[in-house]
Parts: sequence; structure tokens; C-alpha cells
Amino acid sequence: MHEELRGFGFTVITVALDPSTDDARPWIEAARPTHPSLIDTTHVLADLYNVVNVPTILWIDEHGRIVRPNDVAFGTDTFKHITGLSAATHLAALRAWVRGETTALPEARIRALQSLPTDDDQRARAEFGLGEWLFAHGRTEAAARHFAKAGELAPHDFTIRRGTMPMRGIDPMGPQFREMFGAWVKAGNPYYRPLAE
Amino acid sequence: MTATRRFTVLDDGRPTEVDEPEGAALAKRAEAAGRPVAVDLDERVAYLGVGAAERAKALASLEAPDFTLPDLDGRRHSLSQYRGKKVLLVAYASW
Repeated sequence: MHEELRGFGFTVITVALDPSTDDARPWIEAARPTHPSLIDTTHVLADLYNVVNVPTILWIDEHGRIVRPNDVAFGTDTFKHITGLSAATHLAALRAWVRGETTALPEARIRALQSLPTDDDQRARAEFGLGEWLFAHGRTEAAARHFAKAGELAPHDFTIRRGTMPMRGIDPMGPQFREMFGAWVKAGNPYYRPLAE
Repeated sequence: MTATRRFTVLDDGRPTEVDEPEGAALAKRAEAAGRPVAVDLDERVAYLGVGAAERAKALASLEAPDFTLPDLDGRRHSLSQYRGKKVLLVAYASW
């Protein structure tokens, strides 16, 4: 996508919300990206953009304006059987926007689609930030306490509840994840929150 | 005389070392000012976050908040360097 559209004044920027550079390394090395491929161990991006799960995508125009707020889109259909989201739908819309064939949404509509952080979201992020620092300084037990508290404050924030699993000795693809996911969905909550359009 | 123990204050992620009583006071003051604060008194660390109102205001302005993050080689990139291009920003993770 980046290669196809770069001639239109376009770039992809990827940001890995991973516990360490080494967690992200094999993925980035395998993809050999020609676009900026960044690593965000402290969740700077999640805090600034209210990112609560991955993948999350945004479109930003040439003036630095958000023209498509936090949405869920995949580059491939690997997870389509779980998510129901087709990669082609987003890619077609993206291609048309980049080539200038469509105009972006009106600002009022973009604002209506945005999900803005609450006090508890930001408290959760402070607990995460404290836990992440403690973990990075070898204080894993104290870190786990703050990760747990963060998850209680923002139960919908899987960058915290799932993203900290590796730092708590839990397999983020394993039974504890499946249990958390199952309980969340069973309670009627969405795991992915794609935009309505 | 015993030395005062040190306390780490992480102000929006940036660490500074202060004396223990000062650290606790800074955390209290930030909380009183409405900032989200996480404290671990046993570990002597506090994280002073940014409040929901400030973050929400920035997002609702539709001006994409700037950030600077490293790539695998440690080279730092800012979103603002790509002004003039359309950007697909993708947050993902290995987990």
C-alpha cells in the first residue's frame, strides 16, 4: 500500500505498542518496511490518541488534520473470521482518499465519530505509565499491581489489559486472554470498535 | 544524620529525581490540579499524567497531536516531519 501510493504524497507510519523493542523486532524485520516503523513501549500514542486496542488506524491529511478518527482496519483478511472486517473495504477507501478521488468526511461528522478519553481512561494510563516504568526497572511485582489497577479503571482498554500480559508473565494469546475476551464479549461488549461508516 | 531517600517523579513520562517528601508533595499538588496521578509509596515513584479534558480538547480540534518515537535503529521520527503528505497512522502490536 505504501509503495503503491507513495507517488501521491502519502506515507504509512506504523507504531508498535509493544513492551520492548525486541518484541517488535521480528515483525518489523520480516516486513522490511520502506515507511517509518516506530516502537512505542510507553504508549505515548495511546495516551495522545485514546487508542484502546490494536489495530487502530487514523487518516491524517497533508495539513496535519485528523480526517478519519480511530478506526479498526486490517491489512489482510487473516482475522476476518473473527472480526468480520474485510481488508479490501478500508484499502479501497484509503486508495480513493489518497488519490484525491473522494473528499474526507465533514469536520462535524469526524468529531461525532471520535471517541474521547474519560477521567478513568487517563487514570488508567497514569497507572500503566507507573507500571511500565517499574517493569523497566526490574520491579515486576509492583508493576503488576499497577497494571491490574489500570485494567480495572479502563476495562475496555486492551492496550492495557492484553498489552501488559507479557509483562505479567501471561501469554497474550493463551487461556487467560481467551477467558478475558470471552467474558468481555459475553457481557455484550465489543472487542473491536470499527467506525459506523 | 540519615540521607533523605530519593523519589522518582515521572511527569508525563519524563523522570526526575527529588527528595522523598518533595516527591509526595508534587504528586499531591498534581492531583489537586486535576491531573491523573498514580503513586507507589513503597517504591517511591509517582506518575503524573495528562487529564482527559486536555487530551479531549486536543483531539476534538482535529489537529493531529504530534509525537516523536524511535524506529528499530533508534532513529527518532516525528509525525510533524511528514507534514505535506497524507498519512495512514497504524497502531499495532505483537500481542
